[in-house]
Amino acid sequence: MMHNAQSLVDALREPDTVLALDGAKWADLISIARAESLVGSLAHRLADIEVPKQVEPILRDAIQATDLARQQALWEADSARRALAPLNCKTVLMKGTAYVAANLDVGIGRSIGDLDIMAARDQLPAVEELLLDAGWEWVKQDSYDDQYYRDHMHELPPLIHRERDRMIDVHHTILPLTARPTPNAVEILNAAIKLDSELYVMAPADMLLHSVAHLFADGDLAGGLRNLWDIDRLVQQFANEDKEFWTELATRAKLHQLERHLERALRLAARLYGTPVCEDRAGKTRFADFLYVRRLLARDGWGRENRKFTRQAFYIRSHWLRMPPLMLARHLWTKWRKG
Amino acid sequence: MLAWSRGTGVGQVARLHHLYLTVGPARFRVASTWRQPLDQLAALYKDYPASQDGYADFTVRLEPEKPWRRYIRPSVHISGDYWLPDAAPLPLNQSLLAAEMGMNLQMALGWRRHLLLHASSVEKDGKALLMTGLSGSGKSTLSAMLAEKGWRFMGDEFALLNPDTGMVHSFPRLISLKNEAIAAMQAIVPDNRFGPLMKDTPKGDIRHIVPPLDSVNKMADPAKPALLLFPRFGYDPALRDMGKSEIFVRLTQASTNYVALGEVGFRALTMFVDTVPVKAIDYQSADQAEELIDGLWGELS
Repeated sequence: MMHNAQSLVDALREPDTVLALDGAKWADLISIARAESLVGSLAHRLADIEVPKQVEPILRDAIQATDLARQQALWEADSARRALAPLNCKTVLMKGTAYVAANLDVGIGRSIGDLDIMAARDQLPAVEELLLDAGWEWVKQDSYDDQYYRDHMHELPPLIHRERDRMIDVHHTILPLTARPTPNAVEILNAAIKLDSELYVMAPADMLLHSVAHLFADGDLAGGLRNLWDIDRLVQQFANEDKEFWTELATRAKLHQLERHLERALRLAARLYGTPVCEDRAGKTRFADFLYVRRLLARDGWGRENRKFTRQAFYIRSHWLRMPPLMLARHLWTKWRKG
Repeated sequence: MLAWSRGTGVGQVARLHHLYLTVGPARFRVASTWRQPLDQLAALYKDYPASQDGYADFTVRLEPEKPWRRYIRPSVHISGDYWLPDAAPLPLNQSLLAAEMGMNLQMALGWRRHLLLHASSVEKDGKALLMTGLSGSGKSTLSAMLAEKGWRFMGDEFALLNPDTGMVHSFPRLISLKNEAIAAMQAIVPDNRFGPLMKDTPKGDIRHIVPPLDSVNKMADPAKPALLLFPRFGYDPALRDMGKSEIFVRLTQASTNYVALGEVGFRALTMFVDTVPVKAIDYQSADQAEELIDGLWGELS
């Protein structure tokens, strides 16, 4: 029985490593990959490897599932574009949908859930109204949650489409307003790149930095291996295609106050996935990197999260990063009273 | 470089017992905190092909809802590769049901090699009879009964429709009997094929039967779908035709992976609806149902 997710990381980094697996270890690997939402990416990575015949259909299923996810994500994006067309403002796709819409390597086999878009903050009321007109409705009815989103978050409360049952998250920046770094949302929108579909995606450096922000500041590192794999793929492609990428990345990281986050993300990607990174951007190894690696690999061969203490520490930390102490206390108190 | 990520360390979660099961085309690895459900599965599935090589399509996990619930009023939480956020835990004496639900859940949410129809199926002369309907329609009981009367049992939960060939594949897990059906089947099936009686489950009283050995031995054999019935228990015996669009819509609702398969699912289902005869059938007793079914089956060319 595998005690951590190292085998998944190995298989993504170096597909040949799966040749050493026996049946039970394959079962472990598949469960871990499914739990980390990386089974589609893994299946594509192993495309040229001769896997055991018992595994072939499992990987084929994963590829077909993510092919369909891509098609559905693009359809959702287009539905949002049609709904927002009257507004004539930039609609920037984010995360998974952006990766497939821009046809990036990172989109290959990626699982995609909700549609995430970003628009200028002053346009949000109009965006909200148009989406409601086009069939999306509020998921949360609770007025505390609703007000919390509007006052402190970087997105509207989630909306779900009443016929297609798909969620949309409308952002106006890439981190909660209560988080310590304050990325420059206006600059992100200014630099965004227009696709043939009239939709936008973030410019390469911003796209990577959003992925970095998402990995650290906007969660307790659950699903972190997938986010870190995104970072690996983005870095590999962008650095390859543009010699100025690392310089541009430094400029944008400073602008968005994400230099420390970027450094750590690059170190972790290099350590786990062997991502080739520019040393000036990655900085020196720190002791806490060890804790991050432990946290990221905290999953056993049954697909269960383990290392409870490490995970708990990161959960508390994620809230700590998200809001100042007094506000955190008030938030947890309200949440607790509501049960 | 430090070998950080290797090794185990503190904070490990409790170890799990496990068992491999093959049902039709699907291989399961069932892992559980407790031995009880695995021992029960091992006994009831003893004639099924044993998986020796360790591969599995799905992992099912049965664990305490909270760590202390392993011993104190033990409650079994069902999860695995695929899971639902709001699945209610079951008491330990219903852990066999939990295991079966866990396997169904993996199929319903994760299986993509066939279009899954929530239907029971039996086979005769290479042709399959499918029965679908709401809970309480009697589709499970009817398939169990026909299996004792010369038909090959193919499954009481999912019929697996191959999108390429149009053939139906067997998924003959344990037959799940509810409430009154238990006593009815006890009259015709020997005791040694019954699992434990589980009272007051969320679905009422439940008792499983092991399918006839023949259906287990032939579980890899597909059959050509020849007739689909929508049974309804408790009404005067009657047969009715149904419009194709109604059949299509009801089957989309009866399929757990129709949406997930996208165009493949649409093509498989339209082919099925275009080629397979369908009847709605009302009945008040097993004998009536059998008579109606025999009549319909005889009319098939």
